[in-house]
Amino acid sequence: MQRIGVFVCWCGSNIAGTVDVVAVAEALKKEPGVVFSTDYQYMCSQAGQDLIVSSVKEHNLTGLVICSCSPRMHEATFRKTAQVAGLNPYMVEIANIREQCSWVHKDMPIGTEKAIILGKAAVAKVNLNAPLTPGESPVTKRALVIGGGIAGIQTALDIADAGFPVDIVEKKPTIGGKMAQLDKTFPTLDCAACILTPKMVDVAQHENIRIFSYSEVTDVKGFIGNFDVTIKKNARFVNEDICTGCGDCVTKCPQKKVPNEFNLGMDNRSAIYIPFAQAVPKVATIDPAHCTMLKTGKCGVCSKVCKANAIDYTQKDEFITERYGAIVVATGFDPISMDKFDEFAYNQSKDVITSLEFERLTNAAGPTAGKLLRPSDGEHPHKIVFVQCVGSRCDSCAEKGKEYCSKICCMYTAKHAMLTRDKYPDTEVYVFYIDVRTPGKNFDEFYRRAVEEYDVHYIKGMVGKITPEGKKLMVRASDLLDGKQLNIDADLVVLATAIEPDKSARSLATMLTASMDTNDFFTEAHPKLRPVESPTAGVFLSGTCQGPKDIPETVSQAGAAASKVIGLLAKDKLKGNPCVASSDELMCNGCSSCEKVCPYGAITYENKEFRMPDRTTRVRRVASVNPAVCQGCGCCTVTCPSGAMDLRGFMNEQIMAEVDAICK
Amino acid sequence: MNKKYLREDIIRMSGVNPKKCMRCGKCSGTCPAYDEMEYHPHQFVSMVESGDIEPLLESDSLYRCLTCFACVERCPRGVEPAKLIEAVRLTAIRRQGANRLTPNDIPAMLDDEIPQQALVSAFRKYTK
Amino acid sequence: MKFSYFPGCTLKNKAKDLDRYAIRSAEALGISLEEIENWQCCGGVFTTARDEIATKLSSVRILKAAKDKEQDLITVCSACHNVVKQTNNAMQNDAEFSSKVNRYMASEGGYDGSTTVYHYLEMLRDIVGFDALREKVVKPLSGKKIAAYYGCLLLRPGSVMKMDDPENPTIMEDMIRAMGAEPVIYGNRNECCGGYVVMESPELAKKKSGDVIRNAKAQGADMIITACPLCKYNLMKNGADVPVVYFTELLAEALGVKEDTNE
Repeated sequence: MQRIGVFVCWCGSNIAGTVDVVAVAEALKKEPGVVFSTDYQYMCSQAGQDLIVSSVKEHNLTGLVICSCSPRMHEATFRKTAQVAGLNPYMVEIANIREQCSWVHKDMPIGTEKAIILGKAAVAKVNLNAPLTPGESPVTKRALVIGGGIAGIQTALDIADAGFPVDIVEKKPTIGGKMAQLDKTFPTLDCAACILTPKMVDVAQHENIRIFSYSEVTDVKGFIGNFDVTIKKNARFVNEDICTGCGDCVTKCPQKKVPNEFNLGMDNRSAIYIPFAQAVPKVATIDPAHCTMLKTGKCGVCSKVCKANAIDYTQKDEFITERYGAIVVATGFDPISMDKFDEFAYNQSKDVITSLEFERLTNAAGPTAGKLLRPSDGEHPHKIVFVQCVGSRCDSCAEKGKEYCSKICCMYTAKHAMLTRDKYPDTEVYVFYIDVRTPGKNFDEFYRRAVEEYDVHYIKGMVGKITPEGKKLMVRASDLLDGKQLNIDADLVVLATAIEPDKSARSLATMLTASMDTNDFFTEAHPKLRPVESPTAGVFLSGTCQGPKDIPETVSQAGAAASKVIGLLAKDKLKGNPCVASSDELMCNGCSSCEKVCPYGAITYENKEFRMPDRTTRVRRVASVNPAVCQGCGCCTVTCPSGAMDLRGFMNEQIMAEVDAICK
Repeated sequence: MNKKYLREDIIRMSGVNPKKCMRCGKCSGTCPAYDEMEYHPHQFVSMVESGDIEPLLESDSLYRCLTCFACVERCPRGVEPAKLIEAVRLTAIRRQGANRLTPNDIPAMLDDEIPQQALVSAFRKYTK
Repeated sequence: MKFSYFPGCTLKNKAKDLDRYAIRSAEALGISLEEIENWQCCGGVFTTARDEIATKLSSVRILKAAKDKEQDLITVCSACHNVVKQTNNAMQNDAEFSSKVNRYMASEGGYDGSTTVYHYLEMLRDIVGFDALREKVVKPLSGKKIAAYYGCLLLRPGSVMKMDDPENPTIMEDMIRAMGAEPVIYGNRNECCGGYVVMESPELAKKKSGDVIRNAKAQGADMIITACPLCKYNLMKNGADVPVVYFTELLAEALGVKEDTNE
């Protein structure tokens, strides 16, 4: 039999204003197992805690019921108090008589009655509590970063600088991501390459960082501290270790008509290619879909010209398995397809382009060497129309586009408009906007400069239809402030396309058992207080895989994710949560129901030998819970049809005892 | 008619929820009859929403809408302005003696080629 | 293969060519169009108001006639197709509307929205197939640059009509290619010609049709085809200096059945 002490907190007038705390303490004195009951003004204060410790000693208490605020607030506090008093911390139960009682009731008798009932339930539970000890698991001191854009690069550098080894897995032949494709960056207009490529070099040279480029994650097993990850290194048909990146093969390759994805198809590359001059790793890759040698067996030019002998047409995909303590997701974004928005004629005219294409058209390393030229005829455009919010802020029933604001478009459009006017003063530039959203340091000032100093015509209204006619693009739009419909004969139209998470994110989320929202952005553990952690322990989020954000925000989040990883990897062992599920193997019928509902992949099945009453042995399939992965959500316990699954600290009989106490 | 009742009636008849509008003006940016209208598609949405419907009922704009559905197709919020305009138009012509087009008007409009479809459609749009 | 066929009023009067060549071409493609008996006008336009019941009954009767014969329904006039298809959609998805309609029609038996409605173009694409059509072409229209004019009614509202991408359709262009000609892609092919508002404001129709013709010609068209008598009227009336013909007429020409040997 337990010896239970009850401690009723006033919380100043927060509880005592609506609950007769003295009456509650008196009533609970009569409950089975209770040997001591008292009330105090602030139980969480030092004096309050001292009262608890001394009462434990004085009355030889074995369990505590604290009637106070929500366990979210002070459960941890009172568990520590119990520990100080020499009790197991899991011998404490909180009856929430503030949020669930005094704050929601106005009437003292009702509030008091409910507080007593909640207290009785807690007492009933403590009567059945048993001491719990958290398990421990080792931490593999190595991190995996999935995605090698600016988010992944920054996270990897920060972790590596703290002294832990990091692997970056990037599906493209080079790291750098979207930022490598940008021209200049708002609001300071520093060139993206100038600030990104040194970081790429840092990554390449860092002794703690390995880059798996042209690779992808194909399987994840394990749990926080011990993830076993399979990485597929796609065959690039070039030996990375000996290729010097001289580019002779690229120059000599006879197949030069492959659309260049780095320039978004606006020019061509060869079948063997290095995406851009500053690529990391700077090694060539053969595109098997276009290489004549790989397709027909006839050619071999690259192999002949390669002085390093790095070409290997027989190279196969390679699979590597590594163990990591933490995983950071940094899979980034893509602009959405414009296929469903052809009122803007993207598929009907080459001179209707996306904003990312505009970046390439103005980038010195782009298809036009930085000259703004019309893709259709290479002529200099004079009248340029920018359309904001294309595919963003759509209603879900509109069956196209995204419901969210893509966040970065207002600023990059202001940048595009400003830079165009700066470089080509002979241009007329229009920006159609619904709202201009510029919350950020120096952002609104930047937008105002575009209007006031660079004479960009900002028009409140939306473009309704674009009709290519001859060399012109007839833009029909509304000017809501002037109450006019405008018809502009533009030379170039730039669509600020909505962004969406990279397509690889969903399958990755499944592998990681990390949750996503309906837009396929990764969900954070808490939107405010744990923004860089996934609800799945050991999985962290960096950059736009979690939601639209610009470069400064991405870099901040990348650093935050790194600091969380460092905090984890700095530990030698992880203390688990002892309130985890466990299965009674004798009752388990092997039905797999629990395995299917477990959101964390903590349950596996194994065949085990059992000795039967007749002394024979039988092999049965039974569930087994990995306590390091289990988060104690309890889904399995309510799903289990045979009642084999139970949750420590919240055993079925404890819950039933609480219900009985409430219903008595 | 009571202002509030009128608004509710039009919303019910059209099945349109004007609150979904984000005031982007794309409907009016795409409307082929814009220049002929006194009130434009986005104004139909906002004026119905605010209950300011009488001016719409009296405006010739009602009869300039081509029901081409460009605004319906292109609205990013799924508001369907053309359906709202139709509901306001019906509210106007359902009033006694408010028919826009009568059979007596027809002979003056005819020519040898005009298809039957034009007459039938116009009657359906302009007459109760 | 047999289908129920609804021509509509205009096809029996001012747009006889649209009807005649549709039937002849279908025959050449092995499809027999059985005209619905005692049909009434579809109503010309679909009234979107949800409390309009009686004005939609004639369309429901057309749909029911096809269902009674257990046939899919083919239409060819854009306006008829739009009205019939939108009515069918309302019968399928608006329970209040369909129950009211069925109360009106209690004496003649109800209708449940189950008839499949094809526009003639959809029949060419989905039932005949453009590859099969290409093989049946005896007089390829090589060298012709043809602009398909969709107007509004065939494509919108896209969620109901479901014929093609409402902003960048290809069905008529694919048909043009199958007939050996070159399609002209131009932005105003899905913009309004002015429609019935020609009765109220001929100037508006003139402007809108003018925009279509100008854009088609600027993109290189030497002929415009359409499925809608009112579109054809508005374009011809408002300065089309290239031929505007029904797509069925061109189809009959390509299939070599334009001249009726029995006439």
